[in-house]
Amino acid sequence: MDLINWVYLSVVLFTIGAATVLIRRNAIVVFMGVELMLNAANLAFVAFAQMNGDLTGQTVALFVMLVAAAEVVIGLAIIMAIFRARRSASVDDANLLKY
Amino acid sequence: MSAPLQPLVTVADTAAVGSGVSDGIVFWTLGPLMVLAALGLLFAPKAVHAALSMAVVMVSLGGVYVALQAPFLGMVQVFVYTGAVMMLFLFVLMLVGVDSSDSLVETIRGQRVAGGLAAAGFLAFVLVALGRTTFDAPVGLAAVNADGNITGIAALIFSRYVWAFEMTAALLVVAVLGAMVLAHRERTGERATQRSISENRLRRGQRMTPLPPPGVFARHNAVDTPALLPDGSPSELSVSRVLAARGQTAPTTELVTAVPAIQADMDPEGRGSRTAARVREDGRNGAPRTGGAAVNTVDTVQTDAAPPEQGH
Repeated sequence: MDLINWVYLSVVLFTIGAATVLIRRNAIVVFMGVELMLNAANLAFVAFAQMNGDLTGQTVALFVMLVAAAEVVIGLAIIMAIFRARRSASVDDANLLKY
Repeated sequence: MSAPLQPLVTVADTAAVGSGVSDGIVFWTLGPLMVLAALGLLFAPKAVHAALSMAVVMVSLGGVYVALQAPFLGMVQVFVYTGAVMMLFLFVLMLVGVDSSDSLVETIRGQRVAGGLAAAGFLAFVLVALGRTTFDAPVGLAAVNADGNITGIAALIFSRYVWAFEMTAALLVVAVLGAMVLAHRERTGERATQRSISENRLRRGQRMTPLPPPGVFARHNAVDTPALLPDGSPSELSVSRVLAARGQTAPTTELVTAVPAIQADMDPEGRGSRTAARVREDGRNGAPRTGGAAVNTVDTVQTDAAPPEQGH
């Protein structure tokens, strides 16, 4: 089996994550779409690491996981703060900066 | 090497580069599963179902990493993503409300269609670009993983990427502080004390006494049984509002009509039979009332209303 198949899979997962961010309204689901995109990128990193025989890809994937963990903490805290202020988790309702 | 780690490492080692059999099996089992679960994230109307689909994708990715000769990353994926990140998502879902689903109103017209088209266009673009690219024969990680995958990654992290590693430490500290600041809520009003609560209650003319407890009968001992008022009607105040809203309040009529049988059990000579009949009669024609003190046992009725000649 060709290793490039993993990259194709990663592209498909990334696209689904991007579509989730673009289409869904629930802030938490949108956030999970971002996570899916990060995971898809990680999969590509790991596949390319094996293709090139270099562990740098795996190291970068590890860093991506660390940054994603920090990002999840802050993002969910922001979602909670907005929910407390506006009683809504919809991305359409956070429109204070409009106009 | 410890015994539990042995199978994991052999899987990673036997996943031969390019032509590996186990590699293909993993791809054709976990790949479609991951795509289906990701589509579940995209299309599930409920946020909880989306979160569970996401968990499936993340666990499967852990297995994929092990097959791709990255056992350390596979473990970290399961620990960090499914263990910590998904739990955090589920906690926030619980706080925000499990049934919070998407609104179907489009604030921007045609946003869904445009988003779907953009995603499809991106997919087509990257797939075509990938298809036109040729790659060298895969090298494989057998040589670099000779000392062990973790050793190889550690050598990279603590030499070439040590600065990035230190920066992630700073990033995590900042993230923790940021979460604390964002989650903190300043108390603007005065803290409600027992005294102020009771004063407010008196001022608004609300009920001053404690609510009546639920009824406890000889044959039915549960909080869903309403207490009986002196006239035998059930007291709505004595049952939790949640149970009443769900319609899970137990009916009292059969409990009231069972009173003679209960009393016959307790009192074989039949001394209390007249009182029991009286209670049953009142229970039938008593209108439901919400106020007043709850008298929840037959004995109280008996002592209050029993004719004196019963001598008891």
